[in-house]
Amino acid sequence: MDLFGLGISELRALLEKREISSADIVESICRRIDRVENNIKAYITVTKEHALHMAEHADKEMKNDITKPLLGIPVAVKDNICTKDVLTTCASKILSNYVPPYESTVTARLLKDGYILIGKANLDEFAMGSSTEHSSFFPTRNPWNTDRIPGGSSGGAAAAVAADECIAALGSDTGGSIRLPAALCGVVGMKPTYGRVSRYGLVAFASSLDQIGPITKNVKDAAILLNSIAGKDTRDATSAHMDVPDFTAVIGEDIKGIKVGIPKEYFIEGMDPEITVAVQHAIKQLQSLGAVPVEVSLPHTEYAIAAYYVLALSEASSNLARYDGVKYGFRAEAAELMDMYLKSRSEGFGQEVKRRIMIGTYALSSGYYDAYYKKAQQVRTLIKNDFENVFKTVDIVATPTAPTPAFSLGEKIHDPLQMYLTDIFTLSVNLAGVPGISVPCGFTSEKLPIGLQLIGRHFDEEMILKVAHAFEQSTEWHRRKPNL
Amino acid sequence: MAPKETEPVKFETIIGLEVHAQMLTDTKIFCGCSTLFGAEPNTQTCPVCTGMPGVLPVLNKKALEFAIMTGLAMSCTISSHSRFARKNYFYPDLPKGYQISQYELPICEQGHMEISVDGEVRKIGITRIHMEEDAGKNIHEGTGKYSLVDLNRTGVPLMEIVSEPDMRSPKEAAEYMKKLRTVLRYLNVCDGNMEQGSLRCDANVSVRPEGQETLGIRTEVKNINSFKFVEKAIDYERKRQIHVIETGGQVQQETRLWNSAKAVTESMRSKEEAHDYRYFPEPDLGPIMVGREWIEEIRSRLPELPDAKRERFVSEYGLPEQDADILTGERPVAEWFERSLAAGGQSKAVSNWMMVELMRLLNEENKSIEACLLRPEQLAGMLTLIDNGTISGKIAKTVFAEMYKTGKDAEAIVKDKGLVQISDQSAIEKAVEDVIARNPNEVERFRAGEEKLIGFFVGQVMKKTKGKANPTIVNDLLKKKLT
Repeated sequence: MDLFGLGISELRALLEKREISSADIVESICRRIDRVENNIKAYITVTKEHALHMAEHADKEMKNDITKPLLGIPVAVKDNICTKDVLTTCASKILSNYVPPYESTVTARLLKDGYILIGKANLDEFAMGSSTEHSSFFPTRNPWNTDRIPGGSSGGAAAAVAADECIAALGSDTGGSIRLPAALCGVVGMKPTYGRVSRYGLVAFASSLDQIGPITKNVKDAAILLNSIAGKDTRDATSAHMDVPDFTAVIGEDIKGIKVGIPKEYFIEGMDPEITVAVQHAIKQLQSLGAVPVEVSLPHTEYAIAAYYVLALSEASSNLARYDGVKYGFRAEAAELMDMYLKSRSEGFGQEVKRRIMIGTYALSSGYYDAYYKKAQQVRTLIKNDFENVFKTVDIVATPTAPTPAFSLGEKIHDPLQMYLTDIFTLSVNLAGVPGISVPCGFTSEKLPIGLQLIGRHFDEEMILKVAHAFEQSTEWHRRKPNL
Repeated sequence: MAPKETEPVKFETIIGLEVHAQMLTDTKIFCGCSTLFGAEPNTQTCPVCTGMPGVLPVLNKKALEFAIMTGLAMSCTISSHSRFARKNYFYPDLPKGYQISQYELPICEQGHMEISVDGEVRKIGITRIHMEEDAGKNIHEGTGKYSLVDLNRTGVPLMEIVSEPDMRSPKEAAEYMKKLRTVLRYLNVCDGNMEQGSLRCDANVSVRPEGQETLGIRTEVKNINSFKFVEKAIDYERKRQIHVIETGGQVQQETRLWNSAKAVTESMRSKEEAHDYRYFPEPDLGPIMVGREWIEEIRSRLPELPDAKRERFVSEYGLPEQDADILTGERPVAEWFERSLAAGGQSKAVSNWMMVELMRLLNEENKSIEACLLRPEQLAGMLTLIDNGTISGKIAKTVFAEMYKTGKDAEAIVKDKGLVQISDQSAIEKAVEDVIARNPNEVERFRAGEEKLIGFFVGQVMKKTKGKANPTIVNDLLKKKLT
């Protein structure tokens, strides 16, 4: 097998045995990118030169017997995570020329662990979307069927992992932006507990919901990446003072007796029947591994979408105010200050971003605040309570990750509401702040991947990694590769 | 059109002040940049305070401590649980497009401060004190097409201290500002410099006919950028409002700017044009939890405040109210005074020398007492020389000026300059006799009843002895010899 098709732990083992060099891996990945990238369009920036240089450096370190968890491994980073001296655009015209003068905490931690940046992955502009069609530059295509979307907003990162254009990737997840594209591209994607991973350097969409997480070829790799990026950061006041366990330690443990909650609200009318079947099979599979399915209820689920969009867009309307053409990024020529603001923002932001800024601005307006923002916060508390109640009786919750498989490019682009419904199963997890993971659990008759979502208690990523890994290892889904 | 001076109906003025105080922390409120004033533009900045994509704020604990100190000094309730909020508006000097401030749940609430106006003590309520970040500065220079932005000041910690509408005259407002400045300087949380903008005052002003219960429509007067304008600006505004009402008009709720060159307030924006700041809780900063223990620890470190110090100076040192008031106006002055006392100075004498000579010399040079070469112990030393008759009060003035200039001890100066008082009866007698012998005309006039000429004789004797003769002995001898 070509090196580009392997995961982190396999490659690290080969590197440790000196059977391959980091340069071999990077060259293999570069060849792969040359071959498939035109069809996939996963990257906004490919940092080939830089990666080859870093590989040389990694190989030197290995010669000196230096060992690091990610030494010599090429990783793609979603283009809303700041990388010092490397273009970081958020797939927006307004930041099309923005080169950060600083390194995000997550990439600084990856650097410390020896990773190699291979490229900056495409996304929906400012992570606002579920299909990666809202990138200002170009849409990314699903490696399993290039007429289909890869999901979003981390569509570039998920597609790059699925198409073997990198070994692993970092995405960000505000309402499902890691888990959804992971499911639709047939890879593993995890959103850690809110506060588990520093957000410093992640260009904010909705500050109280955003979280960075791994997108990988298997569950163990997700644990390896999480090990590297997790932990308190003094630069992020919302990062938690929590001990960080070795997340790979639970990989391989059995799941006998683990209670798996199946929330009835997540099996709804209008869901793709093939997905219902695949997820039910997955639950049976968990049962065969010794887990105990229990029907549970998350009664406020139906209010999650409304609450999510009010809160996320309110925060977004404020977070995106800094893109005004004054300090960096795109500036439209204008004679007056007000014109400069209006033109820079009108021309710099895409339709979907503008739509969301307007909704958020409206929701926060004087006289509407109580009816929208405050009410949505109350709903958020109820949804959080729902999860806390359920976790009194079960250890983990299993649901489909998405209600449908990957849809066609252009299918929902003019119907924002339909597009928003794509996140129906993922965004409650962000509202509650709990961790969630999507693992491949089957394919539709059209050979499109289906994802199983596993949700855990606050800061209990170990539980979802353990169950996800046991499930993954008992199936063959993660071994399938798209035909490219 | 000048506002009318006469008021047929008596009007009452209602004033509340919103004061912004820059805190004296070393670093900014949400990043580690220096707060140093006057550096080259955009050199005291980092990704956080310039609002780069992806950065996050982290609260400077010192700023929180300063706000709590101020709250305690003003008898506020300190919130165990408070929050930051975002105030959203666009302006080039505001790099994030929002200011991190506090809205609901400020750090301090419900305090008060006492002021004294024309001998009457008034209690002014403090509605709230909250923390926020300062904005940068737009620089409009030359005739270029562009304005420049300096972000050095962006993120410097501010306290906003909001009073109740408890003041009833421009003079009370001015007193309140003075008192506030004194307290902030005592706490060493703000340098209180209005001209440099480290203390800023916005006034909410309304008027109503005396006896009326409901409040009149208020205006907010901004840009009062000097202590001397507090009273002037508010006085102008109350007269303007009274004039509007008396000529059949209605005061409009609006924001007005004080124009110090024209000495008027001018409309800036109406209520309809007011911003909708779309406040909401700052999601990047969690709730601020302040434990009782920490509050008590801060309270225990509070310095003695001006009111308490003034009362103590009266009761402990027997100073007149006026002396105590002046000496406690600035903490370093009060400390200077007490150090001089500790070195043996007698309270009223030290007070007199400080208030008359020292303050005059410092004022002439526009110098602070901390920068003064003369040390309080040295004043005490000089007073001992007066008390034991080594020098006269008159000589002491010369000695004091020299001490102030050089920082040398009084004793050394007296010795170097040969300023020891002559108390030797025979030496003075000789000079007295000489003066009497040389001025027969004056002696005759004196003896004829022109008694004020005694001053002339004293002067002549002092001149002859180069001012060193003991004035008491000179007086006694002259009187004896002339009569």
